[in-house]
Amino acid sequence: MATASTPARFGKGQRVKVRVGTPPTHFRTPEYIQSKTGVVVALFGSYRNPESLGHGGDGLPMQPLYLVEFDQNHLWENYQGPDRDTLQIEVFENWLEPEIA
Amino acid sequence: MSALSTDHGDHDHAHTGIEEDVELSYYAQRAQAMESLIIEKGMCTAEEIQRMVDTMRRRSPTDGARVVAHAWSDAEFKARLLADAVPALLELGYTLPENTPKVTVVENTDVVHHMVVCTLCSCYPRALLGTPPDWFKSLAYRSRAVVDPRGVMKEFGLNLGNDIEVRVMDSTGPDTRFLVLPRRPAGTEGFSEEELANLVTRDSMIGVTDALSPQPAPAAD
Repeated sequence: MATASTPARFGKGQRVKVRVGTPPTHFRTPEYIQSKTGVVVALFGSYRNPESLGHGGDGLPMQPLYLVEFDQNHLWENYQGPDRDTLQIEVFENWLEPEIA
Repeated sequence: MSALSTDHGDHDHAHTGIEEDVELSYYAQRAQAMESLIIEKGMCTAEEIQRMVDTMRRRSPTDGARVVAHAWSDAEFKARLLADAVPALLELGYTLPENTPKVTVVENTDVVHHMVVCTLCSCYPRALLGTPPDWFKSLAYRSRAVVDPRGVMKEFGLNLGNDIEVRVMDSTGPDTRFLVLPRRPAGTEGFSEEELANLVTRDSMIGVTDALSPQPAPAAD
């Protein structure tokens, strides 16, 4: 079975920014992390892209999938908790871009 | 009519007998239609679907609790479980059904407390906990768990100090499900794995609570 995948573009510890978008497909990037900046904490491997799979496609090329950590007080205005609180979520590479300082 | 009579002695109000099936909901009808299509197209057989349903129904939080209790009792096993859960689970005889997501175990400590949610649907480590509770799938939990995890935990009876990092795990990926390894309760030194497992609740493996504290021994007179 052909499982071509793009090589992982980001490494552990790298800061990444989540793209903004609501494509008319089965995308799995919740809007609450869109436009937010986080840190890659793990690379979970490469998987078929749900945005193609969910619509009868083959999901190829496979997309690297990262576990990305965000600070809660960056995600939410008026977050009720200390600055140390975090959230980790899996994000496909096509939703990430390098953070431009 | 005798077997289905609504007159059953212990109470006398009239109600409908049990001969009518409730009309299937829209989603139940859709699931049934998809199952028929999958079978007709030869993607898998009715027996395979039934076998998978049976496998998942046999799993319950008792399975997860056994894994947690073993990790509490055996530091080397715990290290293997946290590093790569699937082969570690195999040591205890747990195989994950083919084509189902893997499990990633995250450890709660005095420094960090994990709490799991799936904001997009109901991703859940079914292979170790069985089917998720209804509240886990509710819009209320799925939205509030990310915005206000500490508030949600308070409603479950857990008040965490601000010196502990609360780390929400939002499970959106295709291939792994998060299982929380709760903190081992104080006062459980010398407990057998079976005694420990009795303290491990489903909710503590989702991370909305801690594991139970042991019942204090009755005071000696």
